[in-house]
Amino acid sequence: MKKILRSSEFFVALVVMVLCIIIGLINPVFFSWENLFDLLRSGVVTGILALGCLIVIVSGGTDVSFATIAIFAVYLASKILIAWQFDGTVLVAFLLSAAIGTVLGLFNGALIAWFRLPTMIVTLGTSSIFRGAMLVFIGTFIINKLPQGILAFGQATLAQVSNANGAVIGLPVSVVIFFGAAVLVWLMMKYTMLGRGIYALGGDRVAAERAGLNVIGIQLFIYGLVGFLAGISGVVHASLVRNVNPFDLIGTEMNVIAAVVLGGARITGGRGTVFGTILGVMLVVIMNNSLILLGIPSYWQRAAIGVLILLGTGITAWQSKRESAANLLES
Amino acid sequence: MPDQILNVDNLSKSFAGVRALQGVNLTMERGEIRCLVGENGCGKSTLIKVIAGVVQPDEGTVTLNGRQYRQIRPIDAIREGIQVIYQDFSLFPNLTVAENIAFNYNLARKKQLVNWRDINRIAREAIAKIGVDLDLGAYVEDLPVADKQIIAICRAISQSARLVIMDEPTTALTEKEVRALFNIIKTLQREGIAILFVSHKLNEVLEISEKITIMRNGRNVTDGNTAGFDRASLVKHMTGREINETNAAIVPQAGNGSVPLLQAENLSCRGRFADVSFSLAAGEIIGITGLLGSGRTELALSLFGIRPADAGTISIEGRPAEIRSVQDAVRHGIGYVPEDRLIEGLFLERSIGSNIVAGTLRRLTRRGLINRAAVGAQIRQWTENLHINTPSTELPVKSLSGGNQQRVVLAKWLAINPKILIMNGPTVGVDVGSKAEIHQIIRDLARQGIGVIIISDDLPELLQNCCRILVMRKGRVLEELPTEGLSEADLTHRLSATAPAPASGTPAHSGQRKQVRPS
Repeated sequence: MKKILRSSEFFVALVVMVLCIIIGLINPVFFSWENLFDLLRSGVVTGILALGCLIVIVSGGTDVSFATIAIFAVYLASKILIAWQFDGTVLVAFLLSAAIGTVLGLFNGALIAWFRLPTMIVTLGTSSIFRGAMLVFIGTFIINKLPQGILAFGQATLAQVSNANGAVIGLPVSVVIFFGAAVLVWLMMKYTMLGRGIYALGGDRVAAERAGLNVIGIQLFIYGLVGFLAGISGVVHASLVRNVNPFDLIGTEMNVIAAVVLGGARITGGRGTVFGTILGVMLVVIMNNSLILLGIPSYWQRAAIGVLILLGTGITAWQSKRESAANLLES
Repeated sequence: MPDQILNVDNLSKSFAGVRALQGVNLTMERGEIRCLVGENGCGKSTLIKVIAGVVQPDEGTVTLNGRQYRQIRPIDAIREGIQVIYQDFSLFPNLTVAENIAFNYNLARKKQLVNWRDINRIAREAIAKIGVDLDLGAYVEDLPVADKQIIAICRAISQSARLVIMDEPTTALTEKEVRALFNIIKTLQREGIAILFVSHKLNEVLEISEKITIMRNGRNVTDGNTAGFDRASLVKHMTGREINETNAAIVPQAGNGSVPLLQAENLSCRGRFADVSFSLAAGEIIGITGLLGSGRTELALSLFGIRPADAGTISIEGRPAEIRSVQDAVRHGIGYVPEDRLIEGLFLERSIGSNIVAGTLRRLTRRGLINRAAVGAQIRQWTENLHINTPSTELPVKSLSGGNQQRVVLAKWLAINPKILIMNGPTVGVDVGSKAEIHQIIRDLARQGIGVIIISDDLPELLQNCCRILVMRKGRVLEELPTEGLSEADLTHRLSATAPAPASGTPAHSGQRKQVRPS
């Protein structure tokens, strides 16, 4: 019990609950199905990206390129599908986009694993390269006429409600993709040696090498997987907004990293859970979408998230500092 | 020869042009306990890393259980039953005790999936084997060093090891824990496991080993049955020269001058220490000792302004001095050589030269810009004065051996021209030869009029160098003993007489709870 109370997930859950209650009290619309669906809808893309980001952060790295990879992958995939005049199932779009994302992610992974370059610098560099390459070689125009499969997927819903104005609000199927991916990542991180290896790598790289872990292989896997998830999230994003804009998503990586860090992942690596990340995503999405319900100007959203990050990481840092001071006296 | 587990043949390895190993040979057989001894930087750590597959040799071969390897990967070594317990333990701080113990076991068996019940079982079995009690669910980063050592040993024995290599395993252990470790080693031996024991503590080496291999400067010096060695011959082979460890010829000199250099009166810091009074004269060396938790380190931190005292007075050369911060302390000419040089005393990744001038950079400037010539001159001066042994001062400090690292820390503080030097554990993790030299440096400093405070567990060190010893317990100074006529047995007795109970405290000799990285 003491462990639960001390865990960072507990704090985030508490903050999320308190926030929900406050917003709900001030504006009861918050607790409507309509708003819930809306929140889920806007959380899906951030959520899928956050799962990849979590894995990188646990391994002791930082990736700032996944948002660029996401839009690159879906933009190129859409161009290809349109060129093929392909109008079949959305699965092909997912496969194609995920494959492109994986290739780009592996490019990051190769630079990081073989040349042992700092992860943040590599991904800062490659995200700029990917973006430039996309604008130069693939295009700069918004694609409005998406393949039928993607559009149909975006309209498919799990449930629907109609609001007071008679408008129908649906819960998009892509929510299933997010929760499915979350379960898979959770299983991998908790019950496979690969996942435990990622934690070990984030805890102490030298010890991981000495234990006989294939650190290069693990890093390739991590960044490949981030690319894969980014490719998936790109298609989800396109299906929800019904177009592909090469200038979309870029810049959202900071929100995603914020969500993961708020969810209790340690920025220096080694700690972080899928559950915490989901809570972190909820927090960021609620802040981004619901402050408006409180009548707080949307300009304040960013500042509010910044304050939360400082508080969230500050509290844990302060706690560990106090503990180490206590240890000093004991030892 | 099925009984031969390890055969190292004519191994050589260089790092950045420095010969770490030159034609080294080593053989280990089933159930053999062998000690590998040598000064810091003699190549012991490199040899271990080659056997473990972490470092690839330039020349020579390693044969494990009859299979010859030119290149060993860590996983090969583990599959051949080679287990290394490194000085830094190589544990994962972010994982639990149970997972740390079982991690390598699962990895070596090429498991893909994790069964948490298995992990707990493996950990429980290993812990039961050495008869200790640990919270399996605790995170390793929250545990004290001694527990980490035990976890590392549990991890090694949880895998069917044929050869366990222990690099300085007793550095962080108390006397009682050392006994327990020796019992474990004997148990392992009965099961046919060979132990390669690397240690600085020669008494332990002579006690536990059956055979001894001595290295010096990257070469084998000698090899033989333990019965054929004694302390003096070990020291001689290790250093290549005669060192009189007892050094009775040196009489600690008393201080001079009528006004004490440093005078502390009723110094207190809530929760850390209380009512500490003492004085230090110029040219005097005094010692502070006490069991862990006695407040001796806390006192030093206060004198150096890291955690300022909240009551009492400090005067320096008769004038009252306010020491509220490290800057204040440095301005008053106080230098502090910390307990853990790796964490507190050095910028490990930076060059030797940058470390030496780190404290004095501001004085080595001209119109706000760094004066390269002055910096170079200062670096040269201190590397020569303190005999820091390195091919280049541009190399990172972490490339140096323990003794040389300690000299760099010393150089950094001597460069500020201190009047008072506080040294916390000045020779922890330092080999016999360097230890004698560091003691010589300390005495020379005192002769030049610097007042030195040595905080140490090493009673012979205190008795040889200090003229008075303050014994602390629970934050208070119990006694102030002149060393003249004081014997080690006497001092041990005084220390343990003040201990609450032998089990919870640290017997004076071995109580250096410090983590020292491989040199």
